[in-house]
Amino acid sequence: MRHDRIQKSINAYLCRNVSHIYARLDIIQSISGLILAAFIIIHLLLEASIIISKDAMLMVSKFFEGYYFFGEKYPGIISFLAAAIFFILIIHALIALRKFPSNYRQYHILKQHMKQFHHSDTHLWFYQAVTGFMMFFLASVHLYIMMTQPANIGPYASADRIYTDWLWPLYLLLLISVVIHAGIGLYRLALKWGIFERNVHGNQKYVAKKSKINRQIFKKIMLIGISLYVIIGFTSLVSYLKVGYEHRDKAGERYESIEKEVQL
Amino acid sequence: MSNSQIASKAPKQARQLHFHILRFDPHLKGDKPRIETFIIEESPGMTLFIALNDIRRNHDASLKFDFVCRAGICGSCAMVINGKPGLACHTLTATLDTDISLAPLPVFELIGDLSVYTGNWMRGLNERLEAWIHQQEEHDFNRLEEPMEPDLADEIYELDRCIECGCCIAGCGTIQMREEFVGAVGLNKIARYQIDPRDKRSDADYYELIGDEDGVFSCMTLLGCEDVCPKNLPLQSRIAYLRRKMLQIGLTSVQDNCLCVSTPT
Repeated sequence: MRHDRIQKSINAYLCRNVSHIYARLDIIQSISGLILAAFIIIHLLLEASIIISKDAMLMVSKFFEGYYFFGEKYPGIISFLAAAIFFILIIHALIALRKFPSNYRQYHILKQHMKQFHHSDTHLWFYQAVTGFMMFFLASVHLYIMMTQPANIGPYASADRIYTDWLWPLYLLLLISVVIHAGIGLYRLALKWGIFERNVHGNQKYVAKKSKINRQIFKKIMLIGISLYVIIGFTSLVSYLKVGYEHRDKAGERYESIEKEVQL
Repeated sequence: MSNSQIASKAPKQARQLHFHILRFDPHLKGDKPRIETFIIEESPGMTLFIALNDIRRNHDASLKFDFVCRAGICGSCAMVINGKPGLACHTLTATLDTDISLAPLPVFELIGDLSVYTGNWMRGLNERLEAWIHQQEEHDFNRLEEPMEPDLADEIYELDRCIECGCCIAGCGTIQMREEFVGAVGLNKIARYQIDPRDKRSDADYYELIGDEDGVFSCMTLLGCEDVCPKNLPLQSRIAYLRRKMLQIGLTSVQDNCLCVSTPT
């Protein structure tokens, strides 16, 4: 018994008293953020198919229901995708919460610091924290609807949801917050891990200069990306609103059924 | 030459600089923080250091601020200039508006007015991070040192240029909220020893020092440090480098780093 205790204390001394969880949390936060950002980049482009035509949007929605693979529609695929994204979002939010100010004192200190310092990247982080907080609610509502009503995605179904069911204010806020959050997030990710910076030792003055130039380039890409996606997202939201407005008297009717009638 | 041309050639009237200085001495009983304004005339090539001496000589002899080298080497005169941390001796008044606000660096212990005790804080940091060369055997002073590649020596020297002025700490939003964070000055030190072949510590040893939420994983990449460092140290790229290195350790299994003997059951 006594020997056991001695052995234990020796082991406690020899064993590095460190936890690898911190490194893992950091990389999980980064990777989950990267996946979500990549998802949003594709998602916003696909839903913008409504700008082209209702048929283009129908094609996209049928594609994701597996119509072109199985010859039949399986909305369950959408449910599954939405659930997977929801899961990643929850993991990301849970881990990223560590970085939020944890009490009013910390929040107040940060606000004072920002007010005095006028430092753009500190402000960018704050915008990210605010938009991240907004998405706890906005993204959850959206994802829950997608999970539970996966079949209601289509030119008329989506437009009716946006116009008749009054989801456009939520989508507008979600669009702005998600684009800002993802844009700044990708920019910070690049600098946080120093992508394009080599692991080799080199002239530090050169490395420093290069990383400063990289940062300016990343910042430009971020600003262009955010503006572009806000424009694309906004235009498609207006398109859905237009379709929804025109279709308001027949809300609930599906676009495909009309298509079939015409074919008949 | 017309009159207007002559007028433009004449020396411009010197600007009147309004210094709004945060005054407070915690050691004086009953002293309360307040902003005091001093008006002085700008002279050519004037730095904040010269201006502060002018104020102390001609306006208020009790104004407290630090300086030693006047050349951006000692790091004593760091202060918050118009909200941004910087060295007083390095800052030309010509680059600032006529209204200049000065405040002591936050986080550090306040001695009085613009003077803070960075030395105490930095000593604590150096002890905590063991910021010195760790050798396995005792150093033999009679033996010639191992030669080092000039590029590597340059690289170490570049990171060694840190003057511990505290600007990166004052410019860091993370450390304002979480005082236990080691900050860019601490991470730069680890980056410096990590590349030094004379330091025999392994990456796993460094993980013990900075592999947690007070170390490299606390950094939120706000980049205030990078933007205010008066020595232009490559802080963003070195923190990213350490993050990658520490991640490699973090992704190995805990057993790999364990020297313990399995307990007999």
